[in-house]
Amino acid sequence: MIRFLLRRFATMAVTLVIISALVFFIIKLPPGDFLTNQIAELRAQGESASIAKAEFLIKQYGLDRPAWEQYLVWIGVMPGPNGFSGLLQGDWGWSFEYDKPVTEVLGDALWLTLLVNLAVVIFIHLVSIPIAIYSATRQYSLGDYIATFIGYIGLATPSFLLALILLYYANRWFDVSIGGLYDAKFAGQPWTWEKVRSLLSHLVVPTLVIGLGGTAAMIRRMRANLLDELGKQYYVTAKAKGLAPRTALLKYPFRMSLNPFIADIGNLLPHLISGSVLVSLVLSLPTVGPILLSALKSQDQFLAGFILMFVAVLTVVGMLISDLLLAWLDPRIRLGGRR
Amino acid sequence: MNKAALSKQHYVDPAPFDPGASEPVGSENESYYRASSWQLMWWKFRRHKVALAAAFILLGFYLLVPFVEVIAPYNQSQRNGDFLYAPPQRVHLMHEGKLVGPFVYPYEYRFDFDTFRRVYTVDTSKPQPIRFFCRGEGYDFWGLVPGDVHLFCPPTDGTLFILGTDRLGRDLLSRIIYGARISLTIGIVGIAVSFALGLFFGGLAGYLGGWVDHVIQRMIEILRSLPELPLWLALSAALPPNWSPVLVFFGITIILGLLDWPGLARAVRSKLLSLREEDFVKAAELMGASKQRIIARHLIPNFMSHLIASATLSIPSMILGETALSFLGLGLRPPVTSWGVLLNEAQNLAAVQLHPWLLFPIVPVVIIVLAFNFMGDGLRDAADPYH
Repeated sequence: MIRFLLRRFATMAVTLVIISALVFFIIKLPPGDFLTNQIAELRAQGESASIAKAEFLIKQYGLDRPAWEQYLVWIGVMPGPNGFSGLLQGDWGWSFEYDKPVTEVLGDALWLTLLVNLAVVIFIHLVSIPIAIYSATRQYSLGDYIATFIGYIGLATPSFLLALILLYYANRWFDVSIGGLYDAKFAGQPWTWEKVRSLLSHLVVPTLVIGLGGTAAMIRRMRANLLDELGKQYYVTAKAKGLAPRTALLKYPFRMSLNPFIADIGNLLPHLISGSVLVSLVLSLPTVGPILLSALKSQDQFLAGFILMFVAVLTVVGMLISDLLLAWLDPRIRLGGRR
Repeated sequence: MNKAALSKQHYVDPAPFDPGASEPVGSENESYYRASSWQLMWWKFRRHKVALAAAFILLGFYLLVPFVEVIAPYNQSQRNGDFLYAPPQRVHLMHEGKLVGPFVYPYEYRFDFDTFRRVYTVDTSKPQPIRFFCRGEGYDFWGLVPGDVHLFCPPTDGTLFILGTDRLGRDLLSRIIYGARISLTIGIVGIAVSFALGLFFGGLAGYLGGWVDHVIQRMIEILRSLPELPLWLALSAALPPNWSPVLVFFGITIILGLLDWPGLARAVRSKLLSLREEDFVKAAELMGASKQRIIARHLIPNFMSHLIASATLSIPSMILGETALSFLGLGLRPPVTSWGVLLNEAQNLAAVQLHPWLLFPIVPVVIIVLAFNFMGDGLRDAADPYH
């Protein structure tokens, strides 16, 4: 187990290093950067005081150095103008657009993003497992057809369009705005019970919208897996021996069909996170999605870079968790690999 | 000639051989056994009614693409200054109990000074018939040939806004039709990029094996573990703002293709690896077929059908990717019109509340995505006609 964990962590670290290089490369692709653009603008207006500040910031963050050095300083393996201070040291950089440290700009957004995605994953599992069991045990029944049909619609309707439609109908029929993650009056307030309750009630729509596609995919896969298992000998034997149908189902084939289910979290997560970024923009959720968009548009490199890294870490860690769960759930998977 | 050399030679019986004589095939089965695999696939695909219907819908949409200038009643950027945010006009057939053919009632508008909005009222006394195969607004067909014939035009001195107009008074239906050209081609061009990359990297990994395979596998894993939308966003933000719309179009398709190939490459690799072990490959090898012949005649046709099926299934994600990017303002930019660009105007709550018809471009997007999904499912089932 320990060897497996170590190996898994090592691959994760390598993956993250490559991702960080990729992210930095992409962030640096557009010509110029926020500060040089700003300096050009200020120079056109003839403001010398602000130019001095911008030039100070360029020095401060080593933006005058070659790109590869900037990258190493950013992740924190090379001393910058003020010693080692990069992602590894917990210094997430400075947002030039907001003129604040990235930590302050993001604030609650980070854990709200985490919360939304967690809620979606839980929602998908809670909803798709019972439906899949139902439609697999009653194959070709009316309920099965309905579930399949809704599944197709769920797979094909892009989440942000669904969000737009819901936005319209919620406004028209119930006269409520479903945007945001809590009522507007709680913005900037300390966390109280009222605010948490408001948060929970606002979480319903985004969870549903983001999770629908994933739920549909899960139901389809789980149904197919369960159908495979239901035809196998051991299940027939278990039933022939007189085990109650429910016990026989839940104790053997159900457990078997769960394996690919958990292994699939890894495939699902990138899609969920993509979806949540997009839906956050439509429903104006205070998650990292809208901040990322504006940061990318204004070339606020450290802010955009950090958010991209955060999203990538979220998926990579999610995949690690799914691997560990799978190993724990299925004793047939040998952790050290075949040696 | 000694015995050893003789045994290495092939012995072929000179007597004529009729395969039907030794093992007679029933006449009803004959066409089945002699059919090529593509024909078998078509037969199998044809049985999948939903997939067939989806294929016809897609065919209809794609046939529209070359002729958008003729089909759309207005030009894509033609402004009707008197009709900003006009709601959809209904097409009627009967006027006061008499059949007049398709016609619309003209709009009259006044300015409401309390809400600062235009209020449109329908004047039901004057039916205005829609004209067909008529001369209307001039256009440059494909940007080259000038013309002015339309499939149907607004009535003389009247308007025809079947889906309403936007904030500049441009006809939404015409814009959706023009948008189809961009939105539908972007999926095809994008998948071509992704197909080429997937075939190249997957083929390399499956054919060379060893460390090349290992490196490509890791690359695929990393790319697949990244959420694609943030990367799309970042990459399209990197497109220089001074590029011409055509360059931006190609930039966006390449970006969409760049992140899509890992799935296809993985399929190519695993197919190559598994097909290499199949009996018919061994048989071909034993009969002395050359490596090129095995690859070209036996391997590629076999996995090509699978590849086409999985490519079909990833076209919708391309179309949606473009729609999402343009919707967020990072994809195609006006004056280029795509469905995503049109939806960009329906981004905020006020637009959705006051002018719900601006949401209409969602409908073709969902239809196309659903159709591609159904057709792809049917193709995937048909791709393996021997099972």
